[in-house]
Amino acid sequence: MKRAILLLPLAIFLIVAVFLYRGLFLDPSELPSALIGKPFPVFSLPTVAGDATLTEASLKGKPALVNVWATWCVSCRVEHPVLNELAKRGVVIHGVNYKDVNADAQKWLAEFHNPYQLNIDDAKGTLGLDLGVYGAPETFLIDKDGIIRHKFVGVIDERAWREQLAPLYQELVDEAAQ
Amino acid sequence: MTRRLLAALCLGLALSGAAHAAIDTYEFGSEAERERFRVLTEELRCPKCQNQNIADSNAPIATDLRREIHRMLEEGKSDDEIVDYLVDRYGDFVRYKPPVNARTFFLWFGPALLLVGGLGILGVIVARRRKVENAPREALLSAEENARLAALLERESQDKKDQ
Repeated sequence: MKRAILLLPLAIFLIVAVFLYRGLFLDPSELPSALIGKPFPVFSLPTVAGDATLTEASLKGKPALVNVWATWCVSCRVEHPVLNELAKRGVVIHGVNYKDVNADAQKWLAEFHNPYQLNIDDAKGTLGLDLGVYGAPETFLIDKDGIIRHKFVGVIDERAWREQLAPLYQELVDEAAQ
Repeated sequence: MTRRLLAALCLGLALSGAAHAAIDTYEFGSEAERERFRVLTEELRCPKCQNQNIADSNAPIATDLRREIHRMLEEGKSDDEIVDYLVDRYGDFVRYKPPVNARTFFLWFGPALLLVGGLGILGVIVARRRKVENAPREALLSAEENARLAALLERESQDKKDQ
């Protein structure tokens, strides 16, 4: 009994050490989204091309990536070729053009190819605010019912796609096929 | 000389611009509202810049959030409604004062529990020592041991005398 009490400080130290060790490998800039499991926010905004009005209902039907991008966002330029490649492979990608100048966005899409099936023009950032966007690029994974299932902050590269997003996307596609 | 002065002046102006970037002007209906705005923006954390509150940060997102908070204040929303609005979008992360619930229990009460526990252990140790120190000698040694002790002391004094 007495001996067990002597071991107590060691036990407390080990517990604290485990937590602190774990903390070394957490990325504090990656916030968990408050929207996981919730429906895509209600919105009614024009497309980037300006030819139609989109609402949250437009996004339903197929699982998709919803990519928040802007021409002022430097890392979006790095991400863009990867999105093009994914679109070529048949991944459904929608865009939210976040707080951007429309003419710049159109020029960008003409120059760098357009991977987006639907592209929402969120010039004022209202949809971005409802999505809890705090810096582009951010990418949401939505299921066929328009429920947000995952959020990825930062540039999607081949590795991030292969290791994190592809399995989740495939899961949603399989789910939709049932 | 004049060139240098001019350069210094330009530098000074540029720096003062940066220093004032986080200040934007809002009109408030009353002083109480201005005060609520100040408290709210100081208690809410900027999601982008992490270790700054919304009031101090000049990240674009903080500017947007200040504008939103001002808009909601104008609409007559309560403080709780405004905080909930932001928590719904950015999670508990945006609160410098996290809510008290099962997940944050140790965050709130852990230090106090550790302090109370530590004081408790200290109290037990002190009480035990006192008990040992204040106890009469008879209580600590049996009659047999007392006899042995007396014999040992006797022998020692005998040895000293012999030297």
